Amino acid sequence: MSSEPIDLRREQNNVGSIVDRAAKWIFFSCALVTVLTTLAIILVLVDGAVDFFSHVSVVEYLTGTEWNPRDAADPSFGVLPLVWGTLVITVGSALIAIPVGTLTAIYLSEYADERVRNVLKPTLEVLAGIPTIVYGFFALSFITPIIQLVYPGVGVFNALSGIIVVGIMIIPMVSSISEDAMSSVPDSLRNAAYGLGATKFEVSTQVVLPASLSGILAAYILAISRAIGETMAVTLAVGMLPQITASPFAEMQTMTAYMVEIGTGDASVGSIGYMSLFALGLTLFLMTFTMNIGSMWVRSRYREEYE
Amino acid sequence: MSTGTESDGFDLEDASIERMQLYGRIFLGLCLAAALVGIVALLALLYDVVSEAWGWLTWEFLTHPPSMLVEHYNPGNYGDLPTGPGGIYPALVGSIYLIFLTAIFTLVLGVGAAIYLEEYAADTRLTQLIEANIANLAGVPSIVYGLLGLALFVRAMGAGSSLIAGALTLTLLILPIVIVQTQEALRAVPDSMRNASYGAGATKWQTIRSVVLPEAIPGIMTGIILSLSRAIGETAPIIMVGAATSMFGPPTLTDPTTSFAAMPMQIFEWAKAPEPNFQHVAAAGIIVLLSVLLLMNATAIYIRNKYDRRA
Repeated sequence: MSSEPIDLRREQNNVGSIVDRAAKWIFFSCALVTVLTTLAIILVLVDGAVDFFSHVSVVEYLTGTEWNPRDAADPSFGVLPLVWGTLVITVGSALIAIPVGTLTAIYLSEYADERVRNVLKPTLEVLAGIPTIVYGFFALSFITPIIQLVYPGVGVFNALSGIIVVGIMIIPMVSSISEDAMSSVPDSLRNAAYGLGATKFEVSTQVVLPASLSGILAAYILAISRAIGETMAVTLAVGMLPQITASPFAEMQTMTAYMVEIGTGDASVGSIGYMSLFALGLTLFLMTFTMNIGSMWVRSRYREEYE
Repeated sequence: MSTGTESDGFDLEDASIERMQLYGRIFLGLCLAAALVGIVALLALLYDVVSEAWGWLTWEFLTHPPSMLVEHYNPGNYGDLPTGPGGIYPALVGSIYLIFLTAIFTLVLGVGAAIYLEEYAADTRLTQLIEANIANLAGVPSIVYGLLGLALFVRAMGAGSSLIAGALTLTLLILPIVIVQTQEALRAVPDSMRNASYGAGATKWQTIRSVVLPEAIPGIMTGIILSLSRAIGETAPIIMVGAATSMFGPPTLTDPTTSFAAMPMQIFEWAKAPEPNFQHVAAAGIIVLLSVLLLMNATAIYIRNKYDRRA
């Protein structure tokens, strides 16, 4: 960081130093906003969740297999069907994005020449910049009809459509972070392997891949975390029916999709539906928080290796 | 090194070399196929949206408020309807106002925080905590920011489901990215320029204001515009804040406490409508949204290239 200024005329500079100190504090308070944001998120979620759990027992919430908050006489708040929907989408989309994204990264980092890279990288950036609502529309109007062509009788809302579209959505995340990790593997390692007579395939899979493994793992964790929190595409594609089923063609509901359902409805403040938003928000936050911290931890280990 | 028989690493026998070369070709084929998935997906998505929107994206669509009747969007029906065509105008204006307000808040908070972290902060535990916290905030799902906005701005501060509540929520959402990108822009300013300024007797604030910031502005602007183009497509947070599903007139910028409609929310409403024709209307809305996005990205790239050349 830069050195401190040398103050040559201390007394004449008094006014200047007041401005200087004021500037520092103003900038500091801007930085503080980010910390306050985190505190506010935690406070808001915990506060709302406490309200919710004064009506619904934590045990029922965490172990219940039925989520039916609209039944006025006997509402049930077992979160497992929503967690199931979220997990199905997350695991399914990871099964698509992780192999495709990793192979794309290897191609970009080890094989592609300048011209191909100049097409491929911007394409992936465009893919990453498309709003998730557009992916939701794409799932409804393109992917689902194709699924219905192959498997007639599949409903408009189905998990598979959501899995495919979220998988496509998180490919750029896997590929770009993995490629960064692979590109920062020093060429001396590659050349040493070539010197031993290794082929490009061996260098890619037995030298570069292991050497950048922690960076790649961090990319996977981040992409999975993104899939957990993804909202609009799964709301449109997967549907609004919370249920635990093994069929990928069934309609399901994710935690985020339920939150949208309540958000677009007219859940009044103080109603149990409104309060459930915060319990789910807290659950979602804790899940993604754990993964983000895990990704940061894995990545910090990798940084030590080459710097 | 290894001989043909006792190697455990790289085998030099002819047959195994051929086998390795075959594996290599198969592997390259797999990599290439994977790389094509992204391009194919993007082409399919664009083809899908454009073909659905074809003929439905008209001047009237841009300049009229939405309607619940799908016939009101159909270009062929414009002449016959007493109530006029349906369009995206209030949501388009709402989105632009929303991004304008978000830009102002983001500019002040994001650049301020980045200046503190890059120019003032010593490498203390507090600074590391702030940096780690920013990295973590970038991974918080956007719908959680929506809940924050709902509880903090809409309810606690009493702003209601208003333009200002939406803009503040989006500001907090993109702030982590803006800060990181602004920090990078500040870091790119060489220390020699700072030292020259100090050498001439300037204070820290004078140095930042007259030397560092002017030099970093293109990078900062690029980062902010790219972040804003992400914010304009965000749907989940503005749903939680309570953006209107259908507004029949645009919000006013002079009174940001009024309710608002925004394009992503409007597209969501159309996309989930059961009538098949609303698919076309949603696609037309998506084209408008993507056009605005493209325009913003092009501006960012233009700024970056223009100042790159000068440097």
